[in-house]
Amino acid sequence: MLMVGLAAGMPLLGSCAKPAIDSKVLTVWTVGREGEAILTLLPDFERAHPDIHVKVQQLPLTAAHQKLLTAFAGGSTPDMTQLGNTWLPEMVALDALEPLQARVDHSTVVRQDDYFASIWSTNMIDGTLYGVPWYVDTRLLFYRRDLLKAAGFDAPPHDWAQWRQMLAALSDPQRHGWGILLPTNEYEQLMSLALQQPDPLLRDGGRYGNFESAGFKRALAFYVDTFRLHQAPGITNVEAGNPWSEFGRGVYAFYLSGPWNIGEFRKRLPAAQQGDWSTAPLPGPDDSRTGIGSAGGSSLVIFRASTHKDAAWTLIEYLSQPTVQRRFYDLLGDMPPRRSSWEGGALRDDPKARAFREQLEKARPTPAVPEWERIATEMQLVAARAIAGELTIDQAAAEIDHRVDRILEKRRWVLDHPRPAAEHAR
Amino acid sequence: MNPRLAKALINGLLLGGTLVALFPLLWMLSVSFMPAGGASALPPPLLPAHPTMENYRVLFAHAGMGSYLFNSLLVSSAITVFSLAFNLMAGYAFAKLRFAGRERLFQALVGALVIPAQVAMLPLFLLLKYIGLVNSYAGVIVPGMATVFGIFLVRQYARGIPDELLEAARIDGAGEWRIFGQIVLPLLKPIMVTLAIFTFLAAWNDFMWPLIVLTGQEHYTLPIGLASLAREHAQDSELMMAGSVITVLPVLLLFLAMQRYYLEGLLLGSVKG
Amino acid sequence: MNAQRAAWLFLTPALLVLGVFFLLPVIAALVLSLTDYDLYALADIRNLRFVALQNYWALLQRPLFWSALGHTVYFVAVGVPLSMGASLGAALLLNSPLARCKPFFRTALFAPVVTTVVATAVIWRYLFNTKYGWMNYALDGLGIHPVDWLGDPHWAMPTIILFAVWKNFGYNMIIFLAGLQAIPIDLYEAARIDGASAWRQFRHITWPMLGPTMLMVGILTVSGYFQLFAEPYVMTEGGPLQSTTSVLYLMYDEGFKWWNLGSASAVAFLLFIIMFAVTVLMLKLSRHRQHVDGEPA
Repeated sequence: MLMVGLAAGMPLLGSCAKPAIDSKVLTVWTVGREGEAILTLLPDFERAHPDIHVKVQQLPLTAAHQKLLTAFAGGSTPDMTQLGNTWLPEMVALDALEPLQARVDHSTVVRQDDYFASIWSTNMIDGTLYGVPWYVDTRLLFYRRDLLKAAGFDAPPHDWAQWRQMLAALSDPQRHGWGILLPTNEYEQLMSLALQQPDPLLRDGGRYGNFESAGFKRALAFYVDTFRLHQAPGITNVEAGNPWSEFGRGVYAFYLSGPWNIGEFRKRLPAAQQGDWSTAPLPGPDDSRTGIGSAGGSSLVIFRASTHKDAAWTLIEYLSQPTVQRRFYDLLGDMPPRRSSWEGGALRDDPKARAFREQLEKARPTPAVPEWERIATEMQLVAARAIAGELTIDQAAAEIDHRVDRILEKRRWVLDHPRPAAEHAR
Repeated sequence: MNPRLAKALINGLLLGGTLVALFPLLWMLSVSFMPAGGASALPPPLLPAHPTMENYRVLFAHAGMGSYLFNSLLVSSAITVFSLAFNLMAGYAFAKLRFAGRERLFQALVGALVIPAQVAMLPLFLLLKYIGLVNSYAGVIVPGMATVFGIFLVRQYARGIPDELLEAARIDGAGEWRIFGQIVLPLLKPIMVTLAIFTFLAAWNDFMWPLIVLTGQEHYTLPIGLASLAREHAQDSELMMAGSVITVLPVLLLFLAMQRYYLEGLLLGSVKG
Repeated sequence: MNAQRAAWLFLTPALLVLGVFFLLPVIAALVLSLTDYDLYALADIRNLRFVALQNYWALLQRPLFWSALGHTVYFVAVGVPLSMGASLGAALLLNSPLARCKPFFRTALFAPVVTTVVATAVIWRYLFNTKYGWMNYALDGLGIHPVDWLGDPHWAMPTIILFAVWKNFGYNMIIFLAGLQAIPIDLYEAARIDGASAWRQFRHITWPMLGPTMLMVGILTVSGYFQLFAEPYVMTEGGPLQSTTSVLYLMYDEGFKWWNLGSASAVAFLLFIIMFAVTVLMLKLSRHRQHVDGEPA
């Protein structure tokens, strides 16, 4: 008797999982601080499209990856989401995302040639487009103009040789002064240097690591030397505590970081000091490669399982309008991915944003494999051992390749056992 | 030692311990009525200078606290009702009904208690994925519908029912279901109350499994909703305190009202089988 | 015959639930831990391979597993004695004939046990806030420099231990209290006539008589503390520098963040084996001590 009740109750309870089919409710997930900003942009959208009601769910950054994967596994993905471009290959490997090229071809708003090429290309996996860039991120140099001047340098460095010279002049470990802060538990800095090299980071179509290439070793050597020459302290970002105030006090003359720090420095440093700092493109191994850096950021994607793809695309088009992107920048400091968005508003005349604009033209994407985050994390763990003097450059490069090849083992096997297109997991 | 001194010392220590135990809870209540930023001052304020309900309003109006509260009530109640029914039946059967392999089966169940629940969680997720219960209330409720602990508790208690009572009913021709409903259940009432409180509290406070199986905000229970808010709004401490009050208050009140049953169950459950 | 059938009918619902939603998954977890179930297998189940014990082998070579185990053992080794000590202390106070308002004190001391971990962790996170927390304010009053409780890798785990002790000691306190009340009064009276001090009474009557309760409470508390997860999840997210990443936290990240279900299952089983071994060890040790001590009481 009870079992009958149970059997009857289960589907009933299960059915609560799926909201009633209502063509007007569009579910959108955001990751981190973008959620608040999108809420202020939405009223205009909903006024223009009264038939679409947008429901935003904000995922904390640290829980987002887990939520996205379990949602996919459980068949409860939203209609669309914001997705960091290093996570995109994973979602594509799961066949979770809707290809977007056809929609772009018919769009009057989203014009591919207006976007920074490398940012756009991070959304292409094996020739298919899966996302539209929403905002971009590249790491470059924040520097203390006054300290450089006092040491006799009128301009920021163009190449590594100049950079090294300035680092040497500005470092004084005895008096607690360092050329630069490179937290040993962040991989972005070494990765940016490595992306400046001609050698790709993975080889054979992402089957093996390519960290023993001459190029990567050059980048690693330059990175590690900065610590060995006492031009950067060997500490993590936790031990570094508050990098903004230390930069302000002149503990560091350079700081290698991303766009959101323009806002942080403006907020945290006193008004009198605002003229003392600026930004510069990342110095290159030689003059021709100045300003090459990593192409990061987030895209907007539509899930294959969505039943409101047209409405989702309408929202993507709205968020891609240059005027809306400028408002988005004003709200958060997230930099727009299209050139025309940079041609107006606060961005156009902001001298501190100029270096980013320049570097975005030359940014390079990270390898588009689902394992990339794990690979970058391992790379940094080994690099930290090289900084500590436990490994030579050659040993470290070999160790990274060794670990990366192990991480990629499954990928090789999958690539070598091609299968007819898998049934969509639904 | 001087008895008067000893008395002062013992009661003083108890008072101190009580202060430590209750201070965080009382402070939570106080801060929840402070305006945003009101608690960020030195010295940390004890009482709100201008008490406000604003935090509660924001939580219910904008943060979906109302639906989290509803979800928690629904999920915890459902688990309590189902597991009460199933555990009572099974516990009674182990205590009073004769069948082949009874002792061995019971020992196997109790032996399974050494396996931490988390071992089962990963495949359980896959199982529910294939049944289609991920991100649904049922995904949280169904695995909790019977517990070894509950069966154990009922069995311990039901062993005290005199066999003659049951035999007499059987001789009178009563069926097993009628015996269970009319004779056994009334006798098990105290343990039913105990088990119900225990189950409800455990379901209400459960964290890891709902965190895994509920992917969308619309099904979040209070602890999951609060944890998500706490990651997103770490700096809004007054708001978080109000969220904590909403999460903690229902179970605290339930405990205060029924603590006699709860503490009895705690002791019964910890007696060596 | 009819009674047999009735018995099985009564048992079926509970056994079905336990069998399908616990026993079956446990067996499946063992199988899963011998495969490389990962993102690719999630996309297409034909990408699943049997790898025997490779997951276990790889884990034993991973520094992160050892550090997670280290943090968990730290939490258990420091947290359990502290927690049980607090429980016993509170129970002794409550059991004293000199104590007043016992029901009030008992309820108040027990209250943290029934609260929700997530909610109280939020409170503690703020009590231990570096700038505006009560803890640092109190330390400042004593002339001690502020401590970055949850931001410093050395202090994060001690803070979580303090929280866990506060949250849990009431539970064992009730059990100890019942154990103390079960000790016959005449034992103490005889001791008092012999002129034994309070300490000697505790050492020679209370402690040995409480022995079996102590062992059981110890085993239950140890296995509970090994399952550390919600506290670091809410208070520190496993940081800083992964200094509060417990074994279960690792399992959660490995399983649901990176979707390596095979290796996550191996983590779960290793934890199970370790917990089992520790329990057996505790039972053995207590038996051994009984032999050495001779007759209890």
